[in-house]
Amino acid sequence: MQIYLPIAEMSVNVFLILGLGGGVGFMSGLFGVGGGFLMTPLLIFLGIPPAVAVGTEAAQIVASSVSGVLAHWRRGNVDIKMGLILTMGGFVGSFGGVELFKWLRGMGQVDLVIALCYVVFLGIVGGMMFIESIQSLVQSHRAGEAGVARKKLHQHTWIHGLPFKIRFRRSKLYISAILPLSLGLLVGVLAAIMGVGGGFIMVPAMIYLLGMPTSVVVGTSLFQIIFVTANSTFLHATRNFTVDVVLALLLLLGGVIGAQVGAKMSVRLKGEQLRVLLALIVLLVCVKLGIDLITTPTEMFTLGAGGKH
Amino acid sequence: MKRLILIIALLVGTLGTARANEPLVADLSKHLVAITTGFAGTDVLLFGAVDGEGEVVVVVRGPAKAEIVRRKDRKAGIWINTGSAQVESAPSFYRVASTKPLAEIAPVAVLDRHQIGLDHLDLSIDTKDSGADGTAYRDALIRLKQKKGLYGEAVQQIGFMSHRLFRTEIHFPANVPVGTYLVEVYLIQGGDVISAQTTPLVISKIGIGADLFDFAHQQAAAYGLIAIMLAAASGWLAAAAFKK
Repeated sequence: MQIYLPIAEMSVNVFLILGLGGGVGFMSGLFGVGGGFLMTPLLIFLGIPPAVAVGTEAAQIVASSVSGVLAHWRRGNVDIKMGLILTMGGFVGSFGGVELFKWLRGMGQVDLVIALCYVVFLGIVGGMMFIESIQSLVQSHRAGEAGVARKKLHQHTWIHGLPFKIRFRRSKLYISAILPLSLGLLVGVLAAIMGVGGGFIMVPAMIYLLGMPTSVVVGTSLFQIIFVTANSTFLHATRNFTVDVVLALLLLLGGVIGAQVGAKMSVRLKGEQLRVLLALIVLLVCVKLGIDLITTPTEMFTLGAGGKH
Repeated sequence: MKRLILIIALLVGTLGTARANEPLVADLSKHLVAITTGFAGTDVLLFGAVDGEGEVVVVVRGPAKAEIVRRKDRKAGIWINTGSAQVESAPSFYRVASTKPLAEIAPVAVLDRHQIGLDHLDLSIDTKDSGADGTAYRDALIRLKQKKGLYGEAVQQIGFMSHRLFRTEIHFPANVPVGTYLVEVYLIQGGDVISAQTTPLVISKIGIGADLFDFAHQQAAAYGLIAIMLAAASGWLAAAAFKK
C-alpha cells in the first residue's frame, strides 16, 4: 500500500516505513538509545530527501524521548537543573545548527557535511564503546568475583577551576555552568545537522566529561533531548519546510511498538553483550557512510532545487 | 444591438467552418490529475483524429523551473560537490510521443523551433565550472530527470487506428511535480507543422495532503508547533499504554 508524503513529495510503501520504524524502535528499546543515528541514514538510503529526513526525524525523536523519559522521571533519575542548563545551551546550538544547515543546503554541501558528521562521530563513539565493552567482557570473564578496582568519584583537573560554579544536588556535582552550557551547545548543533537526538554523544560526555553518576545520565539526557529536538523541529519546519508529519507519524507508530518489544528483550541479554552489539551496529553505519564518501560514485552529477524556496 | 448579433453570428459562423475543416482534433481522458494520499502515479489517455495525411507528434511539458546541477570531484580522497551550473528554465516534466521516429518526420530546424525531442530542448545552461562544459551538464540534467521518471527515456510510440484515429497513454509517476502542464499535439506533413493544438492539464494536490502542504508552507510556525505537540502526545500515549 502506497502513501503520498505531502512534504517529501513522494510516495512510499506504508509497510516499509512502519517496518523501518519498528526495526529502529526495537534497537532503541534494546539498547536504550534514541535510534536517530540509524533512522536518518536509513531514510536517506530509501530516497527521502536528506533535508526532509533530518527535519522529520527531529519530530520523531521528540516522541521517543518523551516516551522514554517518563520511566526515568518516575524513578527520580532526572537531574532537572542540569537538564535545563544543557537545554539552554542546546537551544542556542540548534538555532545555529539549523541556520548552518540552511546555508549548507544553499551551497550544495549539506549531504557531505551530514555524511562527514556521521562518519566522524559514529566512528569515535562506536570505536570507544567497542573497545570499552570488549575490555569489560574480558575482565568479567577473568576476574569472576574478584571485583573491579573502584574509581575515584572525581578527578580534579583544570575543568574544575572554571568560574560560575553551580551545585547540582541530583548529580552530586559542583561544577562550572560553562561546561554543561557548551556541551549542550555542541550537541545542539550536531543534533540539528545530523537529525539525531545526540544521546550517543551526550551520554558519554556526561559520564566522562562532567562526571555525572550513570544512574541519572540517561534520564537527564532524554529530558534535554525533548526540548532541543522540539526546538530543531520547529526551526526546520519554519526555516526549511522539511518536517513531514505523515512520515513522522508512520515512523512513530512502528517505533513505539518496536521499542516496547526491544525493551522486553533487553532484560534477557547482558549489558556488555548489548554494548558490543550496539558498538558493532554504530561502526557498521559509520563504515558504510565512509565507503560511500570515498568510492567513485556512479553518477558525478546531482540535481539541486533551484530557487524553489 | 443588431450589429452585436451580426458579429456573434459571423464569429460563430467562422468558428463553425473552421472546426469542420480542422485537420487535427485531440483531447485527454482527463484534464485534472489529483494527487491524493494514495497517489502512486497515473496514466492519462490522449486520443484524437486527423483529417488527411501526416504524422502526429505529442509533447507533454511540465511547468518550467530553474535548476541547479552540481558536479562531484575528488578532493582529499572524498567526493565533494565542486562545480555547478544554473539551468535557467527546464521543463519539470517532458515526454514526447510520435507516430514515427522524429528524424524521419521533420528537419532539425522545425524540431528546434517547437522544442520537440530531448535533443531540441532549449535549456540555456550557465556554468563557470572549468572541469565540465555546458554539454556535460545538459546531458547530466536530462539523465537525472530520466532517472526520476520525469523525462521520457525515448520517444513513445503513437498508434494509428484506421489511418485517422490515434491514441497514446501518458504516464505520470508518483513524484510528478504539480502545476499546469501543456499537452501539445502537432500534425506534421512533409516536414512542416500544418496544424497544432495545445491542451492544458492540471496536476494538483487534492485533499489532506494538499491541505497539509499548504499549511506547512503558509502557517509554518503553527505547523511546527502542532508537529511537536503531536509527537509529544504520541510519545506520552505510548508510554502510558505500555506501562504495567
